[in-house]
Amino acid sequence: MKLHEYQTKARFKAAGLAVPTGHVVNTAAAAGEAYEKLGGELAVVKAQVHAGGRGKGGGVKLVRSAAEAVAAAEGMLGKPLVTHQTGPAGVTVNKVLVEEGLPLDQELYASVVLDRNLETPVLMVSAEGGVEIEVVAAERPEAILKEPVDGWRGLDGFRARRLAYQLGVPKELAGKLARTLQGLARIWLDSDASLVEVNPLVTTTDGRVVCLDGKMSIDDSALFRQQALAAERDVAEEEPTEVRAREAGLSYVKLDGDIGCLVNGAGLAMATMDIVKLHGGEPANFLDVGGSATAEQVTTAFHIILEDPTVKGILVNIFGGIMRCDVIAEGVVAATKAVGLDRPLVVRLEGTNVDKGRQILAESGLDITPASDMADAAKRIVEAVS
Amino acid sequence: MSIYVGKDTRLITQGITGGAGKFHTLACRDYGTNVVGGVTPGRGGEDVEGLPVFDTVREAVQETGANTSMIFVPAAFAGDAILEAIDAGIEVIVCITEGIPALDEVRVKQAVRASDSVLIGPNGPGVISPGAQAKVGIMPGYIHKPGGIGVVSRSGTLTYEAVWQLSGLGLGQSTCLGIGGDPVPGTLFVDTLERFADDPETEGILLIGEIGGTAEEEAAAFVKEHVDKPVAAFVSGATAPKGKRMGHAGAIIAGGKGTAAEKKVALSAAGILVAESPADMGRTMQAVMQGQKV
Repeated sequence: MKLHEYQTKARFKAAGLAVPTGHVVNTAAAAGEAYEKLGGELAVVKAQVHAGGRGKGGGVKLVRSAAEAVAAAEGMLGKPLVTHQTGPAGVTVNKVLVEEGLPLDQELYASVVLDRNLETPVLMVSAEGGVEIEVVAAERPEAILKEPVDGWRGLDGFRARRLAYQLGVPKELAGKLARTLQGLARIWLDSDASLVEVNPLVTTTDGRVVCLDGKMSIDDSALFRQQALAAERDVAEEEPTEVRAREAGLSYVKLDGDIGCLVNGAGLAMATMDIVKLHGGEPANFLDVGGSATAEQVTTAFHIILEDPTVKGILVNIFGGIMRCDVIAEGVVAATKAVGLDRPLVVRLEGTNVDKGRQILAESGLDITPASDMADAAKRIVEAVS
Repeated sequence: MSIYVGKDTRLITQGITGGAGKFHTLACRDYGTNVVGGVTPGRGGEDVEGLPVFDTVREAVQETGANTSMIFVPAAFAGDAILEAIDAGIEVIVCITEGIPALDEVRVKQAVRASDSVLIGPNGPGVISPGAQAKVGIMPGYIHKPGGIGVVSRSGTLTYEAVWQLSGLGLGQSTCLGIGGDPVPGTLFVDTLERFADDPETEGILLIGEIGGTAEEEAAAFVKEHVDKPVAAFVSGATAPKGKRMGHAGAIIAGGKGTAAEKKVALSAAGILVAESPADMGRTMQAVMQGQKV
């Protein structure tokens, strides 16, 4: 689950890290008032969307008067913002953050992520902040410095200091920078984050270390114990179908193709998408009903797939292990009767109670095409939609 | 011989009184596994179909001599259940639970590394050795046949699919193991490959990977250096979009890294024959066993 910049910065501030003074608003007039409240000359208006690359997309504007703040907010609010992370349609901006401008000196980069090789979080920093870190990582990997974060202790003081000295900030700021880095690691642990990122993390000419930007994602598996953060979820930023699937306990990802897929198990679901593609089709979605789905979940899954107007046909691929094929077959029959089947449906069943399952489908009177194996299923659904 | 589980396995289930815990404990016993009891805090003294239930793992070990545990405890408490099994000296801990917070897994893995215990999973189907009639997990036992193929995978149902293909071709299995779909697995591909390499019963290895992380690349490097048995592979997720989690917590292409294409290249470069289609996992293994090279 992603947090907005303003939500992330509130978290930073609560943890004692320095962030620019700012106000979140949802109207242009309020952006003008926020500018006046800040009281300085330079301010920044920043679109609050989950996607990165806002600067290049026109979602970050420097302003020097209330009128400019109003104009900048007007240019963003209610309009789609297109960045390299949003796709061509962009995402609608519903809120902007109006912040004080700061006398910047150095722009650094800092983030905390899980390092799957080290099996521990790591704190990454770079003296090359304010640019896309992926580009730095690809072109000059030596410009990125890392230290492991202990799962209990956090970032040890000596590691934080070592990074601060390596970044080459003025000596009198190294202590402040080290404490900021330790703070970011602590926030990662205390929030069950999957990402904490500050780009840029700046030093100012008046001797401060400030988190000028902030991005956070929370581990979905930990939301049960991070309820304050879970309450900050902005569903307006998410694909509505994915929200609905999540609420039904299904794992669903929308894709660009026209063949809807309903599968049990994540690996088999990905493999089913792959085999559709290998036979010349394009999957419309990833959908894993899980290892122990109920008939209701199968029905919801069918609804979600059929409500997608781009879906021209459906492929059900179930390998019944824990899940019995007869239960799945009953779910498929009940769902198609309830929803009304107006597109080709190919069903491949294998595993526990498969004969009973196939019999239920065959005797249902529904226009269901049975398939003998994965390749046969893929071939049949691709033929049916083309 | 078999790896991880076998005739010497003495199994307890942590979470034996829950629906899934009970169902699969009995399925393991029916398959032939020596199940000796279970643990549910607060339910000590009860029994489940003749299996004694204890309040703590330590007590279960003292009373039954258990050396293996299968965990069905809910995600919020599963990390603690693994720590309890380590503390009690359980040798092989198989954690089925899905959705454990990543931070708990980081902390648990620290404890695993500092112990003599092996953790398989979390978020995997477990492990089965058909020749030893030992099953510690949720896989359907009947699709397996005793034989010489070792199967190691990050997935559950896709492993069943692979095993079903193998058995259909007359290729039985020595041991099949799911390392689980989470970012911090207890047992890695390379750990299992090392055991398969040393296992006289295992004649060939089928490795099933997926997008996310670099476990397949490490497996490829390990095979090139240390494995002289035939190896075939499949990697799922060629059609997965970047930056989206595909069901498994660990199945995500992050920062453009961890794609299926990269993994297939690494595996092929190590001399491993990679099936393009998931329908061909069994046939690819068969071809490798018959001497086909990359």
